[in-house]
Amino acid sequence: MAQPESTHEHDLTVEHEHTTHSQGFYIAIGAVLLVLTITTAAVAFINLGPFNPVVALLIATIKATLVILFFMHVKGASEKLTGVVVLSAFFFLAILLTLSLADYLTRSWR
Amino acid sequence: MHDSRATTSAGSTPVGSTHGSTQVMTADHEAHNPALLHHFADAQQQKNAASLGMWLFLVTEIMFFGGMFCAYLIYRLAHFNAFAAGSQQLNIWMGGVNTAVLIVSSVTVVLAVKAAEAGKRKLLTGYLVVTVLLGMTFLVIKGFEYAEKFEKHHVPGPTFNFTEKFDDNGKQIPVNPKEAELFFSLYFAMTGMHALHMIIGCGLFSTLAVLAWKGHYTTNYFTPIENAGLYWHLVDIIWIYLFPLLYLISRHT
Repeated sequence: MAQPESTHEHDLTVEHEHTTHSQGFYIAIGAVLLVLTITTAAVAFINLGPFNPVVALLIATIKATLVILFFMHVKGASEKLTGVVVLSAFFFLAILLTLSLADYLTRSWR
Repeated sequence: MHDSRATTSAGSTPVGSTHGSTQVMTADHEAHNPALLHHFADAQQQKNAASLGMWLFLVTEIMFFGGMFCAYLIYRLAHFNAFAAGSQQLNIWMGGVNTAVLIVSSVTVVLAVKAAEAGKRKLLTGYLVVTVLLGMTFLVIKGFEYAEKFEKHHVPGPTFNFTEKFDDNGKQIPVNPKEAELFFSLYFAMTGMHALHMIIGCGLFSTLAVLAWKGHYTTNYFTPIENAGLYWHLVDIIWIYLFPLLYLISRHT
């Protein structure tokens, strides 16, 4: 607040350098996502027993993380609050899934 | 932050004398960036506020789809054989190609944001149009997939018929058609809701493409492109989870 003039001019340029990457970088991330898609589809035909869903969800989570961090610009976002909101989404989702499954998975225990 | 300054200084000295320079500067800045609304301190704050609001909306979207994912998880655990048999009937090729289409569309969206940032109007419009076309490609493939479900009588309702068995490593296990119907109900609810989001996204990006072509967005103001991009990426992420959960995890036989 001491020097509003400088922050005005500064913010737009500085923020841009932080959030966006080069065109090649985005295409590379896209290529990685496509490779992971092919990988997950191929692995699905291999019998890993109970680990098939684990591997599938692990690869999906890696893909989602890449999209969130780089395509949605959460990594290097000027507003740190964005990261907190993103984490809160997973936190609430974890509550939903954990409490629901805590009920359904333990019903046979009686 | 401006408010607190104004109230503290208002008591001692006239506002005009101490804030003269700030106000001149603000007016000057607004002349540079007409998109800056007067209740924001600067363009960066306005942008952060819009982005935060969009993210909060996306959190509600995650919870909305999360409820369906949770239902799918619980019913899959309860009726495993029927859900596996239903999953084995899905068309993995159409699902896989659609995943690729969505990933490529996410790349064009992020490149559109980059083009907007650089002020390249034609490039921005181009990327937005390509995104809409890829979104429509997804919907067309989805349409063919749904048609296949109708032909096989795998659409829940009076005509539903499921005689396929669960192929458990070569062992053919018959399943309760009612339980398989539950799988397809969830399949249509989840992919249908996702498709609805895609239709909304296509409408959104068509509008943005027209506005971008008219020169609506500048290097100082392209928040709608960024926020629509966030929406598109989220819809992509939901599909990234739908694809393995519906199509892949019962495939290994």
